[in-house]
Amino acid sequence: MSELLSNKEAATQAVVDFMTKKSKTKSKFYFNDFQDIFPDDKLRDIKKVVNLLVTDGVLEYWSSGSTTMYGLKGGGKQHSSEGEA
Amino acid sequence: MAKHETPLLDQLESGPWPSFVSDLKQQAEVRAKNEAGVEFQIPQDAVEDLLGVLELSYKHGRTHWKHGGIVGVFGYGGGVIGRYCDQPKLFPGVEHFHTMRVAQPCGKYYTTEYLRTLTKIWDMRGSGITNMHGATGDIILLGTTTPQIEEIFYELTHNMNQDLGGSGSNLRTPADCLGSSRCEYACYDSNALCHFLTNNYQDELHRPAFPYKFKFKFDACPNCCVASIARSDMSFIGTWRDAIKIDQDAVNKYVENDAAYPPNAGAHKGKDWGPFDIEKEVLGLCPTKCMKFENKTLKIDDANCTRCMHCINTMPRALKIGDDRGCSILVGAKAPIVDGAQMGSLLVPFVEVNSDNDYEAITAVIENVWDWWMEEGKNRERLGELIMRQGFQKLLEVTGIDAQPQHVAYPRTNPYIFWKEEEVAGGWTRDVVEYRKHHLR
Repeated sequence: MSELLSNKEAATQAVVDFMTKKSKTKSKFYFNDFQDIFPDDKLRDIKKVVNLLVTDGVLEYWSSGSTTMYGLKGGGKQHSSEGEA
Repeated sequence: MAKHETPLLDQLESGPWPSFVSDLKQQAEVRAKNEAGVEFQIPQDAVEDLLGVLELSYKHGRTHWKHGGIVGVFGYGGGVIGRYCDQPKLFPGVEHFHTMRVAQPCGKYYTTEYLRTLTKIWDMRGSGITNMHGATGDIILLGTTTPQIEEIFYELTHNMNQDLGGSGSNLRTPADCLGSSRCEYACYDSNALCHFLTNNYQDELHRPAFPYKFKFKFDACPNCCVASIARSDMSFIGTWRDAIKIDQDAVNKYVENDAAYPPNAGAHKGKDWGPFDIEKEVLGLCPTKCMKFENKTLKIDDANCTRCMHCINTMPRALKIGDDRGCSILVGAKAPIVDGAQMGSLLVPFVEVNSDNDYEAITAVIENVWDWWMEEGKNRERLGELIMRQGFQKLLEVTGIDAQPQHVAYPRTNPYIFWKEEEVAGGWTRDVVEYRKHHLR
Protein backbone atom coordinates (compact mmCIF):
# COMPACT_ATOMS: atom_id res chain seq x y z
CA MET A 1 0.00 0.00 0.00
CA SER A 2 1.38 3.41 -0.94
CA GLU A 3 2.28 6.03 1.65
CA LEU A 4 -0.60 8.22 0.49
CA LEU A 5 -3.21 5.47 0.79
CA SER A 6 -1.97 4.26 4.16
CA ASN A 7 -2.22 7.76 5.64
CA LYS A 8 -5.95 8.13 6.17
CA GLU A 9 -5.97 11.90 6.58
CA ALA A 10 -3.86 12.47 3.49
CA ALA A 11 -5.89 9.92 1.52
CA THR A 12 -9.15 11.57 2.54
CA GLN A 13 -7.85 14.97 1.53
CA ALA A 14 -6.62 13.64 -1.81
CA VAL A 15 -10.03 12.14 -2.55
CA VAL A 16 -11.88 15.30 -1.54
CA ASP A 17 -9.52 17.48 -3.58
CA PHE A 18 -9.86 15.23 -6.61
CA MET A 19 -13.64 15.24 -6.49
CA THR A 20 -13.92 18.93 -5.71
CA LYS A 21 -11.63 19.80 -8.61
CA LYS A 22 -13.87 17.87 -10.98
CA SER A 23 -17.14 18.94 -9.38
CA LYS A 24 -17.94 21.46 -12.11
CA THR A 25 -18.22 18.68 -14.67
CA LYS A 26 -19.32 15.71 -12.62
CA SER A 27 -20.47 14.82 -9.15
CA LYS A 28 -20.50 11.03 -9.37
CA PHE A 29 -17.45 8.88 -9.94
CA TYR A 30 -16.88 5.28 -10.89
CA PHE A 31 -14.72 3.22 -8.56
CA ASN A 32 -12.02 3.00 -11.24
CA ASP A 33 -11.59 6.78 -11.03
CA PHE A 34 -9.90 6.36 -7.64
CA GLN A 35 -7.02 4.69 -9.42
CA ASP A 36 -6.09 8.14 -10.78
CA ILE A 37 -5.59 9.30 -7.18
CA PHE A 38 -3.75 6.19 -6.03
CA PRO A 39 -2.01 4.91 -9.17
CA ASP A 40 0.46 2.73 -7.27
CA ASP A 41 -2.13 0.83 -5.25
CA LYS A 42 -4.15 -2.27 -5.85
CA LEU A 43 -7.86 -1.74 -6.32
CA ARG A 44 -8.67 -4.04 -3.41
CA ASP A 45 -6.61 -1.82 -1.08
CA ILE A 46 -8.19 1.32 -2.49
CA LYS A 47 -11.60 -0.22 -1.92
CA LYS A 48 -10.97 -0.63 1.81
CA VAL A 49 -10.07 3.03 2.24
CA VAL A 50 -12.84 4.35 -0.01
CA ASN A 51 -15.48 2.35 1.80
CA LEU A 52 -14.21 3.71 5.12
CA LEU A 53 -14.75 7.19 3.71
CA VAL A 54 -18.37 6.25 3.00
CA THR A 55 -18.78 4.96 6.56
CA ASP A 56 -17.23 8.16 7.88
CA GLY A 57 -19.69 10.25 5.90
CA VAL A 58 -17.12 11.87 3.59
CA LEU A 59 -18.45 10.05 0.53
CA GLU A 60 -21.81 8.54 -0.35
CA TYR A 61 -22.91 5.85 -2.75
CA TRP A 62 -25.20 6.53 -5.65
CA SER A 63 -26.77 3.50 -7.27
CA SER A 64 -28.89 3.18 -10.37
CA GLY A 65 -29.68 -0.35 -9.29
CA SER A 66 -27.25 -1.86 -11.78
CA THR A 67 -24.23 0.40 -11.29
CA THR A 68 -22.82 2.06 -8.19
CA MET A 69 -20.96 5.35 -8.17
CA TYR A 70 -19.33 7.48 -5.50
CA GLY A 71 -19.79 11.15 -4.74
CA LEU A 72 -19.00 13.66 -2.03
CA LYS A 73 -21.72 13.49 0.59
CA GLY A 74 -24.38 16.05 -0.19
CA GLY A 75 -23.00 16.83 -3.62
CA GLY A 76 -24.73 16.47 -6.97
CA LYS A 77 -28.25 16.74 -8.29
CA GLN A 78 -29.66 13.51 -6.97
CA HIS A 79 -29.39 14.63 -3.39
CA SER A 80 -31.59 17.67 -3.82
CA SER A 81 -34.20 15.57 -5.57
CA GLU A 82 -34.65 13.38 -2.55
CA GLY A 83 -36.84 15.74 -0.61
CA GLU A 84 -34.23 18.10 0.85
CA ALA A 85 -34.91 21.15 -1.31
CA MET B 1 -63.91 2.57 -6.06
CA ALA B 2 -60.41 2.83 -7.47
CA LYS B 3 -58.52 6.05 -6.78
CA HIS B 4 -57.39 6.35 -10.41
CA GLU B 5 -59.11 5.33 -13.63
CA THR B 6 -56.91 2.77 -15.40
CA PRO B 7 -58.49 1.84 -18.75
CA LEU B 8 -55.17 0.94 -20.40
CA LEU B 9 -54.12 -1.29 -17.51
CA ASP B 10 -57.57 -2.88 -17.38
CA GLN B 11 -57.01 -4.09 -20.92
CA LEU B 12 -54.03 -6.12 -19.73
CA GLU B 13 -56.38 -8.18 -17.59
CA SER B 14 -58.44 -9.28 -20.57
CA GLY B 15 -55.88 -11.76 -21.95
CA PRO B 16 -55.66 -15.45 -21.07
CA TRP B 17 -52.72 -15.07 -18.70
CA PRO B 18 -52.60 -14.14 -15.03
CA SER B 19 -52.11 -10.39 -14.83
CA PHE B 20 -49.93 -8.37 -12.49
CA VAL B 21 -52.58 -5.65 -12.78
CA SER B 22 -55.12 -7.93 -11.09
CA ASP B 23 -52.58 -8.68 -8.36
CA LEU B 24 -51.92 -4.98 -7.77
CA LYS B 25 -55.64 -4.19 -7.66
CA GLN B 26 -56.14 -6.97 -5.14
CA GLN B 27 -53.31 -5.62 -2.98
CA ALA B 28 -54.69 -2.06 -3.24
CA GLU B 29 -58.03 -3.34 -1.98
CA VAL B 30 -56.47 -5.29 0.88
CA ARG B 31 -54.63 -2.16 2.01
CA ALA B 32 -57.76 0.01 1.66
CA LYS B 33 -59.85 -2.36 3.82
CA ASN B 34 -57.00 -3.17 6.22
CA GLU B 35 -58.92 -5.94 7.90
CA ALA B 36 -55.72 -7.10 9.63
CA GLY B 37 -55.36 -3.71 11.35
CA VAL B 38 -51.82 -3.10 10.07
CA GLU B 39 -50.20 0.13 11.25
CA PHE B 40 -49.02 1.23 7.82
CA GLN B 41 -45.75 3.13 7.89
CA ILE B 42 -45.93 4.22 4.26
CA PRO B 43 -49.01 5.69 2.52
CA GLN B 44 -51.94 3.28 2.62
CA ASP B 45 -52.83 4.12 -0.98
CA ALA B 46 -49.29 3.47 -2.32
CA VAL B 47 -50.45 0.62 -4.53
CA GLU B 48 -53.32 2.66 -5.96
CA ASP B 49 -50.87 5.42 -6.82
CA LEU B 50 -48.57 2.81 -8.34
CA LEU B 51 -51.40 1.78 -10.68
CA GLY B 52 -52.05 5.45 -11.39
CA VAL B 53 -48.48 6.30 -12.34
CA LEU B 54 -48.23 3.20 -14.52
CA GLU B 55 -51.42 4.18 -16.33
CA LEU B 56 -49.99 7.66 -16.87
CA SER B 57 -46.74 6.18 -18.24
CA TYR B 58 -48.74 4.08 -20.70
CA LYS B 59 -50.71 7.16 -21.72
CA HIS B 60 -47.60 9.32 -22.18
CA GLY B 61 -45.41 6.57 -23.59
CA ARG B 62 -42.61 7.49 -21.20
CA THR B 63 -41.60 6.56 -17.69
CA HIS B 64 -42.36 8.66 -14.64
CA TRP B 65 -39.67 7.06 -12.48
CA LYS B 66 -36.39 8.83 -11.84
CA HIS B 67 -33.17 6.94 -12.25
CA GLY B 68 -31.39 5.66 -9.13
CA GLY B 69 -30.61 7.31 -5.84
CA ILE B 70 -28.38 7.49 -2.79
CA VAL B 71 -30.53 5.49 -0.37
CA GLY B 72 -29.07 2.53 1.46
CA VAL B 73 -28.44 1.12 4.91
CA PHE B 74 -25.43 2.14 6.94
CA GLY B 75 -22.30 0.28 5.90
CA TYR B 76 -23.84 -1.30 2.81
CA GLY B 77 -23.46 -0.13 -0.78
CA GLY B 78 -26.10 -2.46 -2.17
CA GLY B 79 -29.39 -4.15 -1.41
CA VAL B 80 -31.48 -1.00 -1.71
CA ILE B 81 -32.35 0.63 -5.03
CA GLY B 82 -33.65 4.18 -4.88
CA ARG B 83 -36.77 4.80 -6.90
CA TYR B 84 -38.60 8.13 -7.01
CA CYS B 85 -41.65 9.22 -8.93
CA ASP B 86 -41.40 12.44 -10.94
CA GLN B 87 -45.12 13.18 -10.42
CA PRO B 88 -45.25 13.29 -6.62
CA LYS B 89 -48.19 15.70 -6.48
CA LEU B 90 -50.37 13.44 -8.58
CA PHE B 91 -49.17 10.26 -6.89
CA PRO B 92 -47.90 11.10 -3.39
CA GLY B 93 -48.10 7.46 -2.31
CA VAL B 94 -45.20 6.56 -4.58
CA GLU B 95 -43.08 9.69 -4.24
CA HIS B 96 -40.49 7.38 -2.67
CA PHE B 97 -40.86 3.82 -3.84
CA HIS B 98 -37.56 2.11 -3.15
CA THR B 99 -36.77 -1.52 -3.91
CA MET B 100 -35.09 -3.77 -1.37
CA ARG B 101 -33.32 -6.99 -2.27
CA VAL B 102 -33.27 -9.74 0.32
CA ALA B 103 -30.87 -12.67 0.03
CA GLN B 104 -32.93 -15.78 -0.53
CA PRO B 105 -32.20 -18.89 1.52
CA CYS B 106 -30.05 -21.47 -0.28
CA GLY B 107 -32.17 -23.67 -2.51
CA LYS B 108 -35.08 -21.33 -1.73
CA TYR B 109 -36.09 -23.40 1.27
CA TYR B 110 -38.60 -21.46 3.31
CA THR B 111 -40.67 -22.17 6.34
CA THR B 112 -44.16 -20.74 6.41
CA GLU B 113 -43.14 -18.89 9.56
CA TYR B 114 -40.29 -17.23 7.68
CA LEU B 115 -42.58 -16.11 4.87
CA ARG B 116 -45.24 -14.86 7.28
CA THR B 117 -42.71 -12.84 9.26
CA LEU B 118 -41.22 -11.37 6.09
CA THR B 119 -44.57 -10.36 4.62
CA LYS B 120 -45.73 -8.98 7.97
CA ILE B 121 -42.71 -6.65 8.06
CA TRP B 122 -43.29 -5.69 4.45
CA ASP B 123 -47.04 -5.09 4.81
CA MET B 124 -46.33 -2.69 7.66
CA ARG B 125 -43.20 -0.94 6.41
CA GLY B 126 -43.59 -1.28 2.65
CA SER B 127 -46.20 -1.66 -0.06
CA GLY B 128 -46.69 -5.37 0.51
CA ILE B 129 -45.72 -5.99 -3.14
CA THR B 130 -43.09 -8.68 -3.61
CA ASN B 131 -41.37 -10.31 -6.54
CA MET B 132 -40.52 -13.91 -5.66
CA HIS B 133 -37.97 -14.16 -7.23
CA GLY B 134 -36.29 -11.44 -9.24
CA ALA B 135 -34.07 -12.16 -12.21
CA THR B 136 -31.07 -11.99 -9.89
CA GLY B 137 -32.77 -14.75 -7.91
CA ASP B 138 -33.38 -12.97 -4.65
CA ILE B 139 -36.50 -11.82 -2.85
CA ILE B 140 -37.52 -8.43 -4.19
CA LEU B 141 -39.54 -6.12 -1.98
CA LEU B 142 -41.02 -3.35 -4.12
CA GLY B 143 -41.86 0.04 -2.70
CA THR B 144 -40.95 1.70 0.56
CA THR B 145 -39.91 5.14 1.78
CA THR B 146 -36.45 6.31 2.84
CA PRO B 147 -37.17 6.41 6.62
CA GLN B 148 -38.33 2.78 6.57
CA ILE B 149 -35.17 1.31 5.07
CA GLU B 150 -33.09 1.13 8.24
CA GLU B 151 -36.14 -0.10 10.17
CA ILE B 152 -36.68 -2.95 7.74
CA PHE B 153 -32.98 -3.81 7.73
CA TYR B 154 -32.98 -3.91 11.54
CA GLU B 155 -35.97 -6.22 11.66
CA LEU B 156 -34.60 -8.50 8.94
CA THR B 157 -31.22 -8.88 10.58
CA HIS B 158 -32.25 -8.93 14.24
CA ASN B 159 -35.56 -10.78 14.10
CA MET B 160 -35.05 -13.02 11.10
CA ASN B 161 -31.27 -13.44 10.90
CA GLN B 162 -31.72 -12.41 7.29
CA ASP B 163 -29.33 -10.32 5.21
CA LEU B 164 -29.95 -8.01 2.28
CA GLY B 165 -28.91 -9.13 -1.17
CA GLY B 166 -26.65 -7.49 -3.73
CA SER B 167 -27.31 -4.69 -6.19
CA GLY B 168 -25.23 -2.16 -8.10
CA SER B 169 -21.56 -2.83 -8.84
CA ASN B 170 -21.44 -5.64 -6.34
CA LEU B 171 -21.36 -9.38 -6.20
CA ARG B 172 -25.06 -10.14 -6.58
CA THR B 173 -26.97 -12.50 -4.36
CA PRO B 174 -25.62 -15.96 -5.22
CA ALA B 175 -28.34 -18.38 -6.35
CA ASP B 176 -28.36 -22.17 -6.36
CA CYS B 177 -30.49 -25.21 -7.14
CA LEU B 178 -31.76 -27.66 -4.52
CA GLY B 179 -28.67 -29.77 -5.08
CA SER B 180 -27.98 -32.84 -3.03
CA SER B 181 -30.58 -31.84 -0.46
CA ARG B 182 -33.22 -33.40 -2.70
CA CYS B 183 -31.82 -34.33 -6.08
CA GLU B 184 -30.18 -37.63 -7.01
CA TYR B 185 -28.42 -35.98 -9.96
CA ALA B 186 -26.44 -33.57 -7.78
CA CYS B 187 -22.70 -33.87 -8.41
CA TYR B 188 -21.83 -31.53 -5.55
CA ASP B 189 -23.54 -29.83 -2.64
CA SER B 190 -24.60 -26.60 -4.34
CA ASN B 191 -26.26 -25.30 -1.16
CA ALA B 192 -23.05 -25.67 0.84
CA LEU B 193 -20.90 -24.01 -1.82
CA CYS B 194 -23.39 -21.16 -2.32
CA HIS B 195 -23.59 -20.59 1.43
CA PHE B 196 -19.81 -20.67 1.86
CA LEU B 197 -19.10 -18.24 -0.96
CA THR B 198 -21.89 -15.92 0.20
CA ASN B 199 -20.25 -15.70 3.62
CA ASN B 200 -16.71 -15.65 2.29
CA TYR B 201 -17.37 -12.74 -0.05
CA GLN B 202 -19.50 -10.53 2.20
CA ASP B 203 -17.34 -7.53 1.42
CA GLU B 204 -17.82 -7.98 -2.32
CA LEU B 205 -21.56 -8.47 -1.78
CA HIS B 206 -22.14 -5.35 0.27
CA ARG B 207 -19.41 -2.88 -0.66
CA PRO B 208 -19.27 -2.08 -4.37
CA ALA B 209 -15.91 -1.89 -6.12
CA PHE B 210 -16.43 -3.88 -9.30
CA PRO B 211 -16.70 -2.28 -12.75
CA TYR B 212 -20.27 -3.57 -12.95
CA LYS B 213 -22.50 -6.34 -11.64
CA PHE B 214 -21.11 -9.84 -11.05
CA LYS B 215 -23.21 -12.95 -10.56
CA PHE B 216 -22.49 -16.42 -9.22
CA LYS B 217 -24.98 -19.20 -9.82
CA PHE B 218 -24.75 -22.85 -8.90
CA ASP B 219 -26.22 -25.85 -10.68
CA ALA B 220 -25.39 -29.17 -9.09
CA CYS B 221 -25.74 -31.07 -12.37
CA PRO B 222 -25.71 -30.32 -16.11
CA ASN B 223 -29.51 -30.19 -16.22
CA CYS B 224 -28.87 -26.60 -15.16
CA CYS B 225 -32.21 -25.97 -13.42
CA VAL B 226 -30.96 -22.54 -12.33
CA ALA B 227 -29.79 -21.83 -15.91
CA SER B 228 -26.51 -20.65 -14.47
CA ILE B 229 -24.84 -21.09 -17.86
CA ALA B 230 -26.94 -18.25 -19.24
CA ARG B 231 -27.59 -16.10 -16.19
CA SER B 232 -24.30 -15.67 -14.36
CA ASP B 233 -20.86 -14.23 -14.91
CA MET B 234 -19.48 -17.29 -13.17
CA SER B 235 -21.41 -20.51 -13.36
CA PHE B 236 -20.66 -23.64 -11.33
CA ILE B 237 -22.15 -26.71 -12.98
CA GLY B 238 -21.83 -30.13 -11.43
CA THR B 239 -20.19 -32.86 -13.48
CA TRP B 240 -18.30 -36.15 -13.16
CA ARG B 241 -15.26 -37.54 -14.92
CA ASP B 242 -15.65 -41.31 -14.62
CA ALA B 243 -18.26 -43.52 -16.27
CA ILE B 244 -22.04 -43.28 -16.11
CA LYS B 245 -23.22 -46.15 -13.93
CA ILE B 246 -25.43 -48.58 -15.85
CA ASP B 247 -27.91 -51.07 -14.42
CA GLN B 248 -28.40 -53.33 -17.45
CA ASP B 249 -31.43 -55.09 -15.93
CA ALA B 250 -33.15 -51.75 -15.48
CA VAL B 251 -32.26 -50.71 -19.04
CA ASN B 252 -34.07 -53.81 -20.30
CA LYS B 253 -37.06 -53.06 -18.10
CA TYR B 254 -37.35 -49.70 -19.89
CA VAL B 255 -36.97 -51.42 -23.27
CA GLU B 256 -39.65 -53.94 -22.32
CA ASN B 257 -41.96 -51.06 -21.35
CA ASP B 258 -42.29 -52.31 -17.77
CA ALA B 259 -44.90 -50.09 -16.09
CA ALA B 260 -42.63 -49.61 -13.08
CA TYR B 261 -40.00 -48.05 -15.36
CA PRO B 262 -41.72 -45.14 -17.10
CA PRO B 263 -39.40 -43.12 -19.35
CA ASN B 264 -38.51 -39.65 -18.10
CA ALA B 265 -39.57 -40.83 -14.65
CA GLY B 266 -43.18 -40.58 -15.82
CA ALA B 267 -42.92 -36.85 -16.48
CA HIS B 268 -44.81 -37.12 -19.79
CA LYS B 269 -47.32 -39.78 -18.82
CA GLY B 270 -50.39 -37.58 -19.39
CA LYS B 271 -50.42 -38.47 -23.08
CA ASP B 272 -49.95 -41.67 -25.05
CA TRP B 273 -46.58 -41.33 -26.75
CA GLY B 274 -46.52 -44.97 -27.87
CA PRO B 275 -44.15 -47.63 -26.58
CA PHE B 276 -40.73 -46.54 -25.38
CA ASP B 277 -38.13 -46.75 -28.16
CA ILE B 278 -34.57 -46.68 -26.83
CA GLU B 279 -33.10 -46.17 -30.31
CA LYS B 280 -35.25 -43.16 -31.07
CA GLU B 281 -35.59 -41.61 -27.64
CA VAL B 282 -32.14 -42.19 -26.17
CA LEU B 283 -29.44 -43.36 -28.61
CA GLY B 284 -30.68 -41.21 -31.49
CA LEU B 285 -30.78 -38.09 -29.33
CA CYS B 286 -27.32 -38.52 -27.81
CA PRO B 287 -25.44 -35.43 -29.07
CA THR B 288 -22.14 -37.28 -29.52
CA LYS B 289 -23.66 -40.61 -30.54
CA CYS B 290 -21.52 -42.35 -27.95
CA MET B 291 -24.08 -45.00 -26.99
CA LYS B 292 -25.18 -48.29 -28.47
CA PHE B 293 -27.62 -51.01 -27.42
CA GLU B 294 -26.78 -54.51 -28.64
CA ASN B 295 -27.76 -57.94 -27.36
CA LYS B 296 -29.73 -56.38 -24.53
CA THR B 297 -26.65 -54.52 -23.35
CA LEU B 298 -26.23 -50.75 -23.29
CA LYS B 299 -22.69 -49.52 -23.89
CA ILE B 300 -21.46 -45.95 -23.45
CA ASP B 301 -18.19 -44.62 -24.80
CA ASP B 302 -17.66 -42.37 -21.79
CA ALA B 303 -14.62 -40.60 -23.27
CA ASN B 304 -16.97 -39.08 -25.83
CA CYS B 305 -19.82 -38.35 -23.44
CA THR B 306 -20.45 -34.63 -22.92
CA ARG B 307 -22.64 -35.28 -19.86
CA CYS B 308 -25.72 -33.72 -21.45
CA MET B 309 -27.87 -35.72 -19.00
CA HIS B 310 -30.43 -36.74 -21.64
CA CYS B 311 -29.99 -40.50 -21.25
CA ILE B 312 -29.98 -40.24 -17.46
CA ASN B 313 -33.10 -38.07 -17.48
CA THR B 314 -34.86 -40.53 -19.77
CA MET B 315 -33.92 -43.70 -17.91
CA PRO B 316 -33.22 -42.52 -14.36
CA ARG B 317 -33.62 -45.97 -12.79
CA ALA B 318 -31.07 -47.48 -15.16
CA LEU B 319 -28.42 -44.78 -15.46
CA LYS B 320 -26.74 -42.85 -12.68
CA ILE B 321 -24.14 -40.10 -12.62
CA GLY B 322 -20.55 -41.21 -12.05
CA ASP B 323 -18.80 -41.29 -8.68
CA ASP B 324 -15.80 -39.04 -9.36
CA ARG B 325 -17.72 -35.81 -9.00
CA GLY B 326 -16.94 -32.12 -9.02
CA CYS B 327 -17.95 -29.10 -11.03
CA SER B 328 -17.11 -27.20 -14.18
CA ILE B 329 -16.67 -23.43 -14.05
CA LEU B 330 -18.00 -21.34 -16.92
CA VAL B 331 -17.58 -17.61 -17.23
CA GLY B 332 -18.95 -14.63 -19.08
CA ALA B 333 -22.68 -15.17 -19.56
CA LYS B 334 -24.69 -11.99 -19.76
CA ALA B 335 -27.78 -10.28 -21.15
CA PRO B 336 -27.59 -8.39 -24.44
CA ILE B 337 -26.75 -4.76 -23.55
CA VAL B 338 -23.34 -4.78 -25.30
CA ASP B 339 -22.15 -7.38 -27.85
CA GLY B 340 -25.41 -9.36 -27.62
CA ALA B 341 -26.35 -12.07 -25.17
CA GLN B 342 -23.65 -14.58 -24.32
CA MET B 343 -23.70 -18.02 -22.77
CA GLY B 344 -20.91 -18.94 -20.38
CA SER B 345 -17.61 -20.20 -21.82
CA LEU B 346 -15.98 -23.21 -20.21
CA LEU B 347 -12.94 -22.11 -18.20
CA VAL B 348 -12.36 -25.00 -15.81
CA PRO B 349 -13.55 -28.36 -17.17
CA PHE B 350 -13.33 -30.10 -13.79
CA VAL B 351 -12.51 -28.92 -10.31
CA GLU B 352 -13.00 -30.70 -7.02
CA VAL B 353 -15.64 -29.23 -4.70
CA ASN B 354 -13.97 -29.77 -1.37
CA SER B 355 -15.41 -28.15 1.72
CA ASP B 356 -12.57 -29.56 3.88
CA ASN B 357 -10.12 -27.03 2.43
CA ASP B 358 -12.68 -24.22 2.13
CA TYR B 359 -13.06 -24.82 -1.59
CA GLU B 360 -9.60 -23.35 -2.19
CA ALA B 361 -9.40 -24.62 -5.78
CA ILE B 362 -12.57 -22.66 -6.57
CA THR B 363 -11.79 -19.46 -4.66
CA ALA B 364 -8.39 -19.29 -6.39
CA VAL B 365 -10.10 -19.17 -9.79
CA ILE B 366 -12.65 -16.61 -8.59
CA GLU B 367 -10.05 -14.24 -7.16
CA ASN B 368 -7.78 -14.41 -10.20
CA VAL B 369 -10.72 -13.57 -12.43
CA TRP B 370 -11.77 -10.68 -10.17
CA ASP B 371 -8.26 -9.24 -10.00
CA TRP B 372 -8.08 -9.18 -13.81
CA TRP B 373 -11.57 -7.78 -14.31
CA MET B 374 -11.12 -5.08 -11.65
CA GLU B 375 -7.83 -3.97 -13.20
CA GLU B 376 -8.75 -4.23 -16.86
CA GLY B 377 -12.52 -3.97 -17.02
CA LYS B 378 -13.95 -0.69 -18.26
CA ASN B 379 -16.73 0.99 -16.35
CA ARG B 380 -19.97 -0.95 -16.88
CA GLU B 381 -18.16 -3.73 -18.71
CA ARG B 382 -19.27 -7.26 -17.83
CA LEU B 383 -16.74 -10.05 -17.54
CA GLY B 384 -18.05 -11.61 -20.76
CA GLU B 385 -17.40 -8.36 -22.62
CA LEU B 386 -13.85 -8.13 -21.27
CA ILE B 387 -13.22 -11.70 -22.43
CA MET B 388 -14.50 -10.72 -25.88
CA ARG B 389 -12.29 -7.61 -25.91
CA GLN B 390 -9.02 -9.07 -24.62
CA GLY B 391 -9.52 -12.68 -25.64
CA PHE B 392 -10.07 -16.00 -23.93
CA GLN B 393 -6.32 -16.64 -24.12
CA LYS B 394 -5.74 -13.66 -21.85
CA LEU B 395 -8.21 -15.12 -19.37
CA LEU B 396 -6.28 -18.39 -19.40
CA GLU B 397 -3.07 -16.46 -18.70
CA VAL B 398 -4.43 -14.54 -15.74
CA THR B 399 -5.98 -17.62 -14.20
CA GLY B 400 -2.89 -19.74 -14.83
CA ILE B 401 -4.95 -22.38 -16.61
CA ASP B 402 -3.42 -24.27 -19.53
CA ALA B 403 -5.37 -24.40 -22.76
CA GLN B 404 -7.21 -27.71 -23.10
CA PRO B 405 -9.30 -29.33 -25.81
CA GLN B 406 -12.42 -28.64 -23.76
CA HIS B 407 -11.83 -24.91 -24.23
CA VAL B 408 -12.24 -25.21 -27.99
CA ALA B 409 -15.76 -24.53 -29.21
CA TYR B 410 -14.92 -25.03 -32.88
CA PRO B 411 -11.76 -25.31 -35.04
CA ARG B 412 -10.02 -21.97 -35.50
CA THR B 413 -10.78 -19.99 -38.64
CA ASN B 414 -7.64 -17.80 -38.52
CA PRO B 415 -4.58 -19.64 -39.89
CA TYR B 416 -2.06 -17.29 -38.23
CA ILE B 417 -0.61 -18.03 -34.83
CA PHE B 418 0.96 -15.20 -32.89
CA TRP B 419 3.52 -16.64 -30.53
CA LYS B 420 4.91 -14.88 -27.53
CA GLU B 421 8.65 -14.99 -26.96
CA GLU B 422 8.30 -17.09 -23.82
CA GLU B 423 6.28 -19.65 -25.74
CA VAL B 424 9.07 -20.29 -28.28
CA ALA B 425 12.10 -22.43 -27.42
CA GLY B 426 15.13 -20.11 -27.37
CA GLY B 427 13.01 -16.98 -27.62
CA TRP B 428 13.47 -14.53 -30.52
CA THR B 429 17.30 -14.81 -30.57
CA ARG B 430 18.98 -17.52 -32.63
CA ASP B 431 22.47 -18.78 -33.34
CA VAL B 432 23.13 -17.48 -36.86
CA VAL B 433 26.15 -19.75 -37.32
CA GLU B 434 24.06 -22.77 -36.48
CA TYR B 435 21.29 -21.50 -38.74
CA ARG B 436 23.65 -21.02 -41.71
CA LYS B 437 24.73 -24.63 -41.46
CA HIS B 438 21.35 -25.55 -42.83
CA HIS B 439 20.30 -22.43 -44.77
CA LEU B 440 22.43 -20.56 -47.33
CA ARG B 441 22.45 -16.80 -47.62
